[in-house]
Order: sequence, then structure tokens, then C-alpha cells
Amino acid sequence: MDIFFQQILNGLVLGSIYALIALGYTMVYGIMGLINFAHGEVVMFGAMITISVISGLTGLGVHLPGPVLVLIGLAVAVPGCMLLGYAIERVAYRPLRGAQRLAPLITAIGLSIVLQQVAILIWGRNYIPFPQILDHDVITVFGASITKLQVIIIVLCLLIMGGLLLMVEKTKLGRAMRATSQNPAVAGLMGVNVNTIISATFVIGSGLGAIAGVMVATNYDQAHYYMGFMIGLKAFTAAVLGGIGNLGGAVAGGLLLGLIESLGAGYIGTLTGGVFGSNYQDIFAFLVLILVLIFRPSGLLGEKIADRA
Amino acid sequence: MTLETNKKVGIFLACAVVLAVLPFVVGGAFGNSWVRIVDFALLYVMLALGLNIVVGFAGLLDLGFIAFYAVGAYTFGLLSSPHFGIHLPFYITIPLGALLAACFGLLLGAPVLRLKGDYLAIVTMGFGEIIRIFMNNLNAPINITNGPQGINLIDPIHVAGVSLGSTIEIAGISFHNVYLYYYLFLLLTVVVVIMGFRLQHSRIGRAWVALREDDVAAAAMGINIRNIKLLAFSLGALSGGVAGGLFASFQGFISPESFGLIESIMILAMVVLGGMGHIPGVVLGAVTLTIVPEVLRDVIGPLQMNTFGRMIIDPENARMLLFGLALVVMMLVRPAGMWPSRRRKAEFRDDKVAADSAQKD
Repeated sequence: MDIFFQQILNGLVLGSIYALIALGYTMVYGIMGLINFAHGEVVMFGAMITISVISGLTGLGVHLPGPVLVLIGLAVAVPGCMLLGYAIERVAYRPLRGAQRLAPLITAIGLSIVLQQVAILIWGRNYIPFPQILDHDVITVFGASITKLQVIIIVLCLLIMGGLLLMVEKTKLGRAMRATSQNPAVAGLMGVNVNTIISATFVIGSGLGAIAGVMVATNYDQAHYYMGFMIGLKAFTAAVLGGIGNLGGAVAGGLLLGLIESLGAGYIGTLTGGVFGSNYQDIFAFLVLILVLIFRPSGLLGEKIADRA
Repeated sequence: MTLETNKKVGIFLACAVVLAVLPFVVGGAFGNSWVRIVDFALLYVMLALGLNIVVGFAGLLDLGFIAFYAVGAYTFGLLSSPHFGIHLPFYITIPLGALLAACFGLLLGAPVLRLKGDYLAIVTMGFGEIIRIFMNNLNAPINITNGPQGINLIDPIHVAGVSLGSTIEIAGISFHNVYLYYYLFLLLTVVVVIMGFRLQHSRIGRAWVALREDDVAAAAMGINIRNIKLLAFSLGALSGGVAGGLFASFQGFISPESFGLIESIMILAMVVLGGMGHIPGVVLGAVTLTIVPEVLRDVIGPLQMNTFGRMIIDPENARMLLFGLALVVMMLVRPAGMWPSRRRKAEFRDDKVAADSAQKD
């Protein structure tokens, strides 16, 4: 029972990070109908920039409490990643709007390779440890342990996601985004500047991605130039699971995927009598993705659409 | 004979002569390692043509194509190496690998019949990753794939008692194994190219194009969408499987590392950069994307040493950086590819005109 509860907690931490990244995918998909393949790289840059800022500051002899340092790192990383997201849209997507669907996919893959290589140029090929500035106090709940940091991650994710949902539902920008996602041409006729809205979507999604990247780095205590690929793929799976284009769906899908993954990894060994071990953890995300797309292509909360084009 | 056919025959003969002497010219000028690269270019041509059936003809975006290559390679590797102590001849293992790859193609194709576009891309990508994760982990509890270490000492191909893995002498000239494999690969590449052309102009090929352009209209015209999609997946996988088997015997060593997502992307890039659905374009794309990075590998290092006196960017790093940039720039400048078919070129022109007028409205 302890293991069960422990895996649930791990799953919630993982799932809330997935959800935060999934929001970036789902927002872009909702508005443009495209998968932003380079989003994982934005997440990676968020983590890397924050680590650099923190180690730079501590290297200069600045003595500040850990959380303040992380906040300063985020204050650099979030605008940096927003700029990156804006640039990605301008370079890889805007010139190809209205072109065949494959073209933006290829440019995004190309940009994703470029960003990884730039990361290698700046930070090298090795794993970069997250500076030991945060205390890893463990809280024990019902026999399962969770660090304070992980609690903060979950709470922060929920707050950010709630804020985003409020923004989309209540503000003028949110209304313009919803209008653009329904019909860009008509939204344009109603006085919405579609280009600005699309840029804003990329910028907001990238900002969320940067925060998620820092969470990943603190949770695993390290960052790597290739970390964006797998986490991006899983977050995309989460977005599809929840119903792509649906913000609430991305959150639900992210949490669910996190739970499935950690419960799956925790129990696959005992269930299969040791034939498969937790090294198959990464398979669950893809199996879930394939099963969802076969049986419920619109996702858990998505609208009914017969064919996904 | 008309002048037109004369010209065609002339071009054909010239190509045949060039291809026949190519390894000797390359080997003489740059050494055997470059003949090896030419061999790899041929393997990639086969792979790209296989993927071209799926992506170019049928319009189904597949990002997990390397999985079929892996299936072919592992079939060959497991059935003719000391790993299990089985040494079957290539005329059993390669067809078996191709058949198995085709079955995997069906296995992938069946559940994704309803998916299109980006969704299909992601699912196929997941499929490719699943295959790779299994190859990486199937060394316990029973050692099947030998995990990340991969399979070593795979048998070279034997033709009529002669091992292609060794250097042989004919009439006083010694042929290094890269030359022998060149002719085998060339033969099979030609078969794949002919197969591609014949398919393209057949009833099946037209059905694929119809499917690509509009699946609803195609179904209304009486095309069995399900069967034609599955056929595309399995025929594409088939040539992937053949190339995989050849790769395993040529390299003598395979490991899951050779079958990562980046390889799938590379092959897709060959198809798209060359010109989707256009066989000469795809061949050009495959050859370019195999040769150019290798040239860059040789050029970038010395170039930096000469101009700056030291290495500023690691050559491997610079190579991938340029590759990524090339993908972006090519798509922005020539979204139809380097050598598009006449039909696609026209389509793109129409799109452009339509988009322009839409903007003016």
C-alpha cells in the first residue's frame, strides 16, 4: 500500500509538470492546428538558462536564499524562452502559413535540431547538475514521502494552470485567442489581429515551458541538452490524451499520464513476474497514446471529431 | 527509333557506365573510406524510396520508419551471427527480414488507419521508439537482442561461395569488400527504383495519389482505402527491411543506437528535401544528405584550423547545426524540394497564387 501511495505522489509531481508543458502544445494546436515540435527544446532552454544564472550568481559570491536564486533564474529564463518561442514562430511557422502541412513540421524539426546543437555549444554534451541550493526536506504522508519542493511544484503548477484558464476565459486576449482558434479569418474580420494572437500564444506557451523546464531540472537535479525530446513527446501525449486544443484536457491528460506512468513503472515488475522491469517506463506513454488515438481519437475531453486531419 | 528515345537510351547508358565505374573513380581519388560512404548512400536511397511510398505517394506521414530498418537488421543479425550460433544464408535471412518488416508495417498500419497528418506522425514516432526500447531491453530475462551492446560479428553475405566481406582478386586486381558490396547494393537499389516507377504508374500508384489528394473522394471512386493504406505501409516497410538486412551484414555490427528517431527524421528529410513522390528527386535527396554531411565532416575541422588556427566549433556539432539550418532554409525557400515532380511543382504554384490572392482579399 505504501508503494501505491508513493507512486501516486510521484505520478502527481510528474503529471503536473507534463500538464504545464502540454498546455504549450495544446494552445498552439488549438489556434494553428500544428504540433510545435520545437516546444521540448524551449523547455530545455528554460532549465539550462536558469541553472546558468544560478551558478553564475553563486560563482560571483552572491549569497541569497535558494528560492530567491531560483526566482532570479526564472526571471531571466522565462523572458528568454518567450523570446525564443516568438522567434520559432516567426522563423519556422509564419512564412509557411498556408503551405502544405509537412513543410512547417520539417522546419520545426530542423529548428529543434539547431536549438539542441546551440545548447551543446553553450553548455556542452554532459549532464549539468542543478546547484544544491534548495533543501530537500522530506514530508511523510500516509507512509509515503514527498519533498517540500515537490509539493511546491504541484501547487505552483495548479496555480499557473488555473491562472491560464482564467485568462483564456475572462480576458480580452483570451477571447481573441478563442475566436482565432475557432476561425482565424472571421476573427480577423472582427478586428482581432491574428498575427499578434498567434505570437502571444507562442510566447505564453514558451513561458510556461520555461517554468516547467526548471521544475524538471529541480526534480531530477540535472539538465541535459537532449532532455526536451522525451519530455516534449510525453507532454504531447498528455495533450492528446486530454483532447488536443482543450486546455482543461491538457491538465487532466498530464496528471493522468503522470499517474499511469509511475504506477505502471512501479508495478510492471511484479505484474509480469520480473520479465519486464521499470526500464520499460517510457513505453507506457506511447502505448497510452496509441490506445487513445485508436479508441477515442478526440481525447478524453475533446469534442467529437470523426477524423483528425 | 525516334530522336527522343535515342536521347533516353543515351542518358540511360551514360548513367549505367558512370555507376559501374563510380567506386573505382571515388576509391582512386579519395580512398576506400569514401567508397564505403557511397555504399551507405545506396542504402539510404533504398530506405528513402521505401519511405517515399508511404509519405510521397500515399501522403501518410511516418516518423517511425527506422523501426522497419531495425527489424530487417535484427532479423539478419540474429539469424546469421554467433549470438545464437545460427548462420543462415542471406537468401533466407534478407527475404525473411523484409517479410517480417512488412508484417510490422501492417501491425503499425492497422491501428492508425483512421489517423492523418500530425497525429499519424506522432503515433508512428511512438511506434519507432517502442521498437527501440524493446531492442534496448530485451536482454533479460532471456537474452534476445543483447541489449545496448548490440550484436557483433554478423556474417558477411556470401554469393556463390565468395564472401563479400573479404578482399578478392580477379585478374590481378584486388577488390576490397566495399567494392563488392557496392555492386550488390547497386543491383538492389536498381530493383527498388524500378519497383517504385512501376508502382507509381500502376493502378495502385494512382490509388495512392488519389488517397493523398483527397481520401473521401478516393473512397467514393471505389478505392478500398483500408487496403491501399496497408499496402503502402507494408511495401514501404518491405524495402526498409531489405536495406536493414544489408546494413547488418555490411556493418557486421548492430545496436539500438543506430535506429534512433534522428535516423527516421534524416530519411524523412531526404524524401522531403529531394521532392516528395518524385523518385529521381528522392534519390538525389538521399545521396545529397548522405554525402554532404560526410564532406562537411572532412572540411569543417581543417577549415577552422586554417582560418582561426584553432577549433572553435566541434565538427560533429557544426555538422548537425548546418543540417538543421539546411532543413529550415530549404523548406522556406523550396518547400516542394530540390527536384519536385512536375505535378507537385504545379500544385505548389497554385497554392502560392491562391495564398497570395487570399492575402490581398
